[in-house]
Amino acid sequence: MRDFIFHAPTSLDEALSLLDEHGEDARPIAGGTAMVNLLKQNLVYADHLVGLGKVPGLRGITRSNGDLRIGALTRHREVERSADVADAAPLLQEAYSRVATVRIRNMATVGGGLTHADPAQDPPPALMALGARVVLASLTGTRELPVEDLFVDYYETALEPGELLTEVIVPAQSPDAKGVYLKFLPRTEDDYATVAVAALARVENGACAGVRVALGAVAPTPVRATAVEAALEGQPVTADAIRSAAEAVADQVDPLPDFRGSAEYKRDMAVVFTRRALEQVLGLAE
Amino acid sequence: MTTLDASYTVRLTVNGEPREVSVPARRTLVDMLRYDLDLTGTKEACSVGVCGACTVLLDGEITASCITLAVQADGAEVTTIEGVAQDGELNPVQQSFIDHGGFQCGICTSGQIVAAKSLLDDNPSPTEEQVKAWMMGNLCRCTGYYQILESIMKAAR
Repeated sequence: MRDFIFHAPTSLDEALSLLDEHGEDARPIAGGTAMVNLLKQNLVYADHLVGLGKVPGLRGITRSNGDLRIGALTRHREVERSADVADAAPLLQEAYSRVATVRIRNMATVGGGLTHADPAQDPPPALMALGARVVLASLTGTRELPVEDLFVDYYETALEPGELLTEVIVPAQSPDAKGVYLKFLPRTEDDYATVAVAALARVENGACAGVRVALGAVAPTPVRATAVEAALEGQPVTADAIRSAAEAVADQVDPLPDFRGSAEYKRDMAVVFTRRALEQVLGLAE
Repeated sequence: MTTLDASYTVRLTVNGEPREVSVPARRTLVDMLRYDLDLTGTKEACSVGVCGACTVLLDGEITASCITLAVQADGAEVTTIEGVAQDGELNPVQQSFIDHGGFQCGICTSGQIVAAKSLLDDNPSPTEEQVKAWMMGNLCRCTGYYQILESIMKAAR
């Protein structure tokens, strides 16, 4: 690891000032699971690290007007064990509980994970299916983005230099909506997904409604499968309708071949797991 | 003006004792424990947070000390394998690893025991499935998993 200057601000304003002052030459660090590995491998060069561990007010989960509000420094493990999350968004609990190992979930933060923007991570597809938003703060104020707009490219986000992700907002869901997160793991249980699908839908008068589908590990960013959603919305709940809608995901993914599979294999698996996820949330799974 | 090679004072509690250590910002927690505090029971193997050999408790939670910066542990309470036995008495998990052959070469053992102790503190009677899910992050390259599982299950009773 190269040398760097470590800052330990004790307020959000102080942290934002440091990020503003040092611009591209500064990186925030929260749990460190991603950043320390990047530093060790010399994949990040920054003279200034802004440690967020002593910044108050960014850790914890609250509910207001039906929304779940998750502070950026909340640990993955805290999301997994939160009664509020289990009650308001069980899909999110499922996704966070599938990340790596307990040890990593104790360390990794919600904000750090999202801004790391690895396209194979588990939480982003679930947050996209749930219609979550992120709050970005800087010295000039705050802005909100739909979580899917945060992801720009492989390990690249819409964050401007000087901006910090401070909060994730998950809106209230329809009480009839069912969600599922399927993670295809042909190797080991703690691996990144080969393909991952989050799906959310409900049955309304025998028809598919509120269909939301998002995938991980199939493109340079997590992908919202809008073509699948459009193909299924309002259709009768039948195996044929689901099968045909799931086929539409093939054109929405752009997988990178790696040791987990070729691009063709991952595209095929994206269709298979999208179909299975939709069968489960719409009550057609055996 | 702080320079890149500046030293940082880290004040923390290690195995119940207050300690003060001067480190460069890039010192990892495992290196601080081993080289600055001579607590060499904690091992470093994969160096990327995957294998679990370097597991310590940070504020009571299992943590990979190889991807934690020492400066991030300022103000924290750290428990290493050296702090698991109390007043000369082995922790039941340690005794059980001895009784049931829970280790072979020993490199992963500190991490296995710290992780298992943390599970049993949280859940004194876990099911075998719960133990497997928890211990999934601690690899044993000798593949002594049956004995490790048995050691933990016996310690739980």
